[in-house]
Amino acid sequence: MERFLQVVVDGIADGSVYAALALALVLIFRSTGVVNFAQGEMAMFATFLAWALADAGLPIGVALAGALVLAFLGGMLVERVLIRPVEGGNPLNLVIVTLGLFIVVNAAAGWIWGFDLRDFPRLFPGGVASIGGVSLSIESLGIIAVLLVVVGLLWVLFTHTPVGLAMRAAAQDPASARLVGVPVGRMLMLGWGLASLLGAVAGVLVAHRLFLDTNLMAGVLVYSFAGAALGGFDSPVGAVVGSWIIGVTEALAGTYVDAIGSDLKVLVPLAVIFVVLLVRPSGLFGSPEVSRA
Amino acid sequence: MTATGAPLLDIAGLTAAYGQVRALHGVDLTVPEGQVVALLGPNGAGKTTTLRAVCGMVRTGGRVAFRGRDLTGLATERIARLGIAHVPEGRGTFAGLTVAENLRLGAYGRKDGVTEDLAFWYGTFPRLAERRDQPAGSLSGGEQQMLAVARALLSRPALLLLDEPSLGLAPMVVREVFAVLRRIRDEQGTGMLLVEQNAALALELADTAYVLEAGRTVLSGPAAEIRSEDSVRRAYLGS
Repeated sequence: MERFLQVVVDGIADGSVYAALALALVLIFRSTGVVNFAQGEMAMFATFLAWALADAGLPIGVALAGALVLAFLGGMLVERVLIRPVEGGNPLNLVIVTLGLFIVVNAAAGWIWGFDLRDFPRLFPGGVASIGGVSLSIESLGIIAVLLVVVGLLWVLFTHTPVGLAMRAAAQDPASARLVGVPVGRMLMLGWGLASLLGAVAGVLVAHRLFLDTNLMAGVLVYSFAGAALGGFDSPVGAVVGSWIIGVTEALAGTYVDAIGSDLKVLVPLAVIFVVLLVRPSGLFGSPEVSRA
Repeated sequence: MTATGAPLLDIAGLTAAYGQVRALHGVDLTVPEGQVVALLGPNGAGKTTTLRAVCGMVRTGGRVAFRGRDLTGLATERIARLGIAHVPEGRGTFAGLTVAENLRLGAYGRKDGVTEDLAFWYGTFPRLAERRDQPAGSLSGGEQQMLAVARALLSRPALLLLDEPSLGLAPMVVREVFAVLRRIRDEQGTGMLLVEQNAALALELADTAYVLEAGRTVLSGPAAEIRSEDSVRRAYLGS
């Protein structure tokens, strides 16, 4: 039983990392209608920035804060420079731009920092904490706590601040938002900045476990996709719950199903994406595509 | 406010095009401070396009000035923040946001007096108060129109643009909405440019009226005179 709980909590922790990146995907999807394929690479780049700042001698807390700020500004810059010119046109153009960005960011990181695996500082103490007689990994609990705080902050931003409300309005109906005086372009920029920030959170949370290299987020992105697809691409709640389900399923399958083990568990999210697309394309919490007559 | 003595809205020689298709060929009209101006004309005459042109939603030529300030080339959100609110065709409410959120968006960028104004509008349209936590998409057509009007006026605009506010509404609701518009003009001095299929209704509220045909102003004058004009009676008033 204890083993089971440990696996579940570790699964939720993994799922929380996927959830942070999945939230970034959902944020962009809601405002632009496309998935930002470069989201993971932008997160990887931000994680490298955190590593570089720490490597330059800054305390880890300062390095993390600096990287998150840079990620936020970088996300806004990407929107303003690369996305704005193709926004509102054919969605395929936007998809192509994000794919190009994927390649460029990945290559840039390799060019700057090389392709070796690097040791990213640990953000939480190693070891276990005993909760109700069950020994749970402190790192896992810490990751879950960070995600819960992030989700709480996002909830406050989007439901209790004028700027969050304006962002939702701009995402939902840009023309009407302009008519009430909402600067839609600036809101989209903010959204990209915020998404980039969320991705960076996922990156720094996972970098110690996975080691840092230019392919840090490639795997995570697949799981985040699966989480967002399962929860519904237009639902923030769905992104979190979906990612948790993916994380737990992956952990349980890897531990208890011998045939899967750690080598084949990457098939779990792919299977989930496949089944969701067949059975319920809008996801658990997503709103089905409706068009009014 | 009007040190220059310029009218609230002054449109001269306005042209507009959707792609290659010209929709306006030369519209002239003036909305004086605190007055309601009705814009009449058959379908396709360019009434909606005129409103969209004022808000910078279509490419235009000619001159649109708001209190003497040229609006051409300004972004829609800038124009809105100058004090021009627009209740567009189809109402433009945010279906996925609640009634309360829609109203808060109406007051976007305002700081003082928002709470009082919200209370005023909930009092004016009690049905919005009852449904304040429901998504706007779940409201009836009449309630959505009330929401659209209240939201537009929550920005305390100097000029309100209304596109077919009576469209698809029950007569009772139409009377309620028009009574509120009259009251807002009389009490707050809000100028209005009203596009309306129901000419009799529009002329009852309006101070002046303009008739558009095929993208041009063909007739204008005090509402009472326009009402007795033979051609208008035949075409729009059914008598």
